[in-house]
Amino acid sequence: MSRALHPGADAVQQKGRLAANKWLLARRGSQLSILFLFLLGPWFGVWIVTGNLNSSLVLDVLPLTDPYILLQSLVAGHVPELSAITGALIVTAFYVLVGGRVYCSWICPVNMITDAAQWLREQFKISGASSLSRKTRYWILAFTFILSIVTGSIVWEIINPVSMLHRGLIFGMGLAWIIVLGVFLLDLLVSRRAWCSHLCPVGAFYSLLGNNSLIRMRADNREACDDCMDCFMVCPEQQVIRTALKAINGAGPVITSSNCTNCGRCIDVCAKDVFHFGLRLNNKVNNDVSDSNKFSDKTVTS
Amino acid sequence: MNTQPTKGKNVANHSRRKFLLDSARAAGAASLVALGVGLYSRQAVSLPAGAIRPPGALDEKDFLGACVRCGLCVRDCPYDTLKLAKFGDSGGVATGTPYFTARDIPCEMCEDIPCVKACPTGALDHSLEDIDDARMGLAVLIDEENCLNFQGLRCDVCYRVCPVIDKAITLEMRHNVRSGKHALFIPTVHSDHCTGCGKCERSCVLETTAIRVMPFELAKGELGHHYRWGWKEKNRAGESLVAPDVEHRYNLPQGQSYDIEGEGLIMNQGKDPASSDSPFSSNPLDTLNRNSLNDGSNGSLSKQGGTRK
Repeated sequence: MSRALHPGADAVQQKGRLAANKWLLARRGSQLSILFLFLLGPWFGVWIVTGNLNSSLVLDVLPLTDPYILLQSLVAGHVPELSAITGALIVTAFYVLVGGRVYCSWICPVNMITDAAQWLREQFKISGASSLSRKTRYWILAFTFILSIVTGSIVWEIINPVSMLHRGLIFGMGLAWIIVLGVFLLDLLVSRRAWCSHLCPVGAFYSLLGNNSLIRMRADNREACDDCMDCFMVCPEQQVIRTALKAINGAGPVITSSNCTNCGRCIDVCAKDVFHFGLRLNNKVNNDVSDSNKFSDKTVTS
Repeated sequence: MNTQPTKGKNVANHSRRKFLLDSARAAGAASLVALGVGLYSRQAVSLPAGAIRPPGALDEKDFLGACVRCGLCVRDCPYDTLKLAKFGDSGGVATGTPYFTARDIPCEMCEDIPCVKACPTGALDHSLEDIDDARMGLAVLIDEENCLNFQGLRCDVCYRVCPVIDKAITLEMRHNVRSGKHALFIPTVHSDHCTGCGKCERSCVLETTAIRVMPFELAKGELGHHYRWGWKEKNRAGESLVAPDVEHRYNLPQGQSYDIEGEGLIMNQGKDPASSDSPFSSNPLDTLNRNSLNDGSNGSLSKQGGTRK
């Protein structure tokens, strides 16, 4: 139970530096290689993926469309062509299966910005407590749809930092870096994980999408937990862990909250190998009270 | 034993209060964001005059609800005409949406319209199959003071480069009042054929172009909805719709008539002026001169002479 200098120090000692960061590295690899795939075209003329995260075409055949933006377009009164609908269905099916917020931790380029802010925050020991509710993003999500209905245009795209950064890198940034810088400073100075875990409606949408996703983080080895709190320290959505890890109200070992981003950082930093990726099936403990975990999110806030 | 339920109730009360407070706070913060974005979006609903949407683009308002800002049209444009608007430096084009600037690179009007085919949502309308039906905007000869053709020179470049030459732009001949003896060939754009491709704007030889593609709502006037062009209605109905046309009367010397919609002045209809029954000479001046010489004593001005007495 010695307090380590930083979360994950014990794991590094136990497993080695590489193994204690493998999911983080895999995630960075995923984020960067997806970005690189998009950049291959404009940089080297190799068009494997065309477009951007809002809508793209892979190898000239496979359409992929962000269901969130297409839904905004739909409520704004536009009936899209089949290509966009197909693309959105494919993307939706993928995230329903693997977990909606996999988008946030494995694909979204803003995640690298906010992770950097969080890292600096820890280095400089900035601890601005905030009263920002994690539900704010759902309200913003609702408002983006309402604004789309009222104005008949896709309003959120005017400032959406996610598409702005990604599109900016591929098509030219303009002054979009100001918005990205804004997100960075917000996360660095104002509040811990302010953007991705409190405000971003894209993440909120994808969390709803993956509400019943098959692939989940599991704490099957939770008896080994020594309460070092490392997982809690690194988790961008700290509220999701406790229920499953501590079997609150007899909860099963699966982290069922749709806001878990499946980033796998908890696996990395845990010296006791409590966590692993698995399916949401078999979420039973000895007694049959696992249903009560549905409401367990409320017990821990921000 | 008695304190236990009370404590539970307190905890429930507390967490309910906290829940409500949290929700109110979240809603408040979100509505502030929404208000800001909503107000900001009001500024970005109209396309600036210098930017032109790709062929087949829906009306600007519908377009902003349909375009997902993916840039696939940009990638499929073989001439690098299209660009995606960047945040902050595109003169007010909604961020991430496609546009082009005709003076830089105009639309080459590809027959297979790849940009429209590439659009996954139909923000570029897939029902556009003939590029000549595209209406990206309307060319307007905006500066008559500097247009060389308006000065009587034969520049004609905008006319020559027009992909829909002689339909979208024609040269209309007019009298050159300045020289008194030459013609002006006025480049004249016709909205029923102009696609708004911008080749005329691109090729105008002036330092700053005199002809520009503009959005329709800036380039076109609109009649009062009750207003009808009388001659068109008459043509359509085969007769005047208001009242029977009064037959025009002209005070012309005998033997002459005037056809208002045809030949103009018709002389004498085959009669030899010399053998006419008329007391008047065929030359109107003779009549005028005779009256002034005879002091109005006879003939056509007798009524005037009578009032004089």
